[in-house]
Amino acid sequence: MVVEADVVVTKLLRYCLALGLIFPIYASAAVLPEERADNLYHAYSGGGVTIDGPSVLIRKNIGNNVSFSANYYVDMISGASIDVEATASEYTERRDQYSLGVDYLVDKTTINFGYTNSSESDYEAQTVGFGISQGFFGDLSTIDLRVSYGSDEVFRNDDEYFSDEAQHRRYGVSWNQILTQKLIAELSVETVTDEGYLNNPYRTVRFLDPTVSQGFSYQPENYPRTRNSDAAAIRLKYRLPYRASIKGEYRRYADSWGITADNVEFRYTHPLEEQDEWILEGKIRYYQQTSADFYSDLFPYSNATNFRARDKELSNYTTLALGVGVSYELPQRWSLLNRRNTINLYWDHILFDYEDFLDVTVHGDSTAITPGSEPAYSFSANVIRLFWTVRI
Amino acid sequence: MLRYLLPLLAVSLFSGCTVTPWVAPYERQYLADPIMGFERDPVAASYMNHVYEAREAARGAEGGSGGGCGCN
Repeated sequence: MVVEADVVVTKLLRYCLALGLIFPIYASAAVLPEERADNLYHAYSGGGVTIDGPSVLIRKNIGNNVSFSANYYVDMISGASIDVEATASEYTERRDQYSLGVDYLVDKTTINFGYTNSSESDYEAQTVGFGISQGFFGDLSTIDLRVSYGSDEVFRNDDEYFSDEAQHRRYGVSWNQILTQKLIAELSVETVTDEGYLNNPYRTVRFLDPTVSQGFSYQPENYPRTRNSDAAAIRLKYRLPYRASIKGEYRRYADSWGITADNVEFRYTHPLEEQDEWILEGKIRYYQQTSADFYSDLFPYSNATNFRARDKELSNYTTLALGVGVSYELPQRWSLLNRRNTINLYWDHILFDYEDFLDVTVHGDSTAITPGSEPAYSFSANVIRLFWTVRI
Repeated sequence: MLRYLLPLLAVSLFSGCTVTPWVAPYERQYLADPIMGFERDPVAASYMNHVYEAREAARGAEGGSGGGCGCN
């Protein structure tokens, strides 16, 4: 299955690369990415878990052809999500991530190389990526091809003898098209293939067990060692008759585990002043997915199936996100280094509504509720992004 | 599927090469406005992609700022 998918993707990439390289007749006057420094504080809080930390991005050009970027990102995790709460105690964890990238503008093509290292006490991940971007049709179209390879090592904090690995390959194509003086469209397609240890080593599934008083017990999850997925998205951005823009996005997703998903998003961006002193933004996003073939909230007995999962992210559920944001460009007299300085604050509120992931914490000391008839789980989360940007 | 799709893509590209761009560079003042970027702030956009990817099964096709989070 993986081999077949790889062959198809390799063929697709060969075609796309050939097409991208053969048809640069109206190639664009490509430019390097914007030079900037961002200092972001991020926080996610919901479902008993808080994850926060900084993310610092610096992007600087050297000469007219080379742009370097470096990103340092931290996740500080504390609390206990519902599945941890049911079977284990609260914990704290930290993930550090470093990324380096270089963009090289050669003639009218931009080539990008990237490297990312992510480190946790029980998870090490390294990813290398390559991308090529080419404009044509007199700047009306841009095609972007991207491939990446990731190699992970998985450990267990409570078992020094456990270790396994996983590999991830991603192949993406994006086509950006100017349609009218006020409308831009983007079509993105991406295939991801995973191979190796793909489940969470701590997570368990529950099964009916008449030998215990609460009526159910737990055993470790067991996932297939391969997963292939395809996603396609279309985005539109339209400039309204007054100075504001709306964005619409739709994505369709399907994978070899039987999950299908769709999401739609609308975003409205509204500057208050001509000089972009204040920019306001509002968005709404809806997501829905079906469950994996081997997902069950309650298996009928131990080892009921070869593969088994009770990860709520593999169940049937929907999410609804509402977000608002504001950007403020500091007056010249307050600006650092005589550059454009912007302060930005975004707040998203996300509602997670699970259909077949049941809330086992209702049991507590009581056994009056029959296993399988617990209420469905739901929770809401708040996501904050507060950042300061300096245009270098 | 690809067998039929790719020649179609190639033909559309060939025919496209002979078409004069229908939005001239001097007609792109609206498109050059920063509010017309799909994502104005890459660090903030990639963080939101990470939030979604960590809590939803779907991944990929996030656009320019996508690329996975290297985490489980």
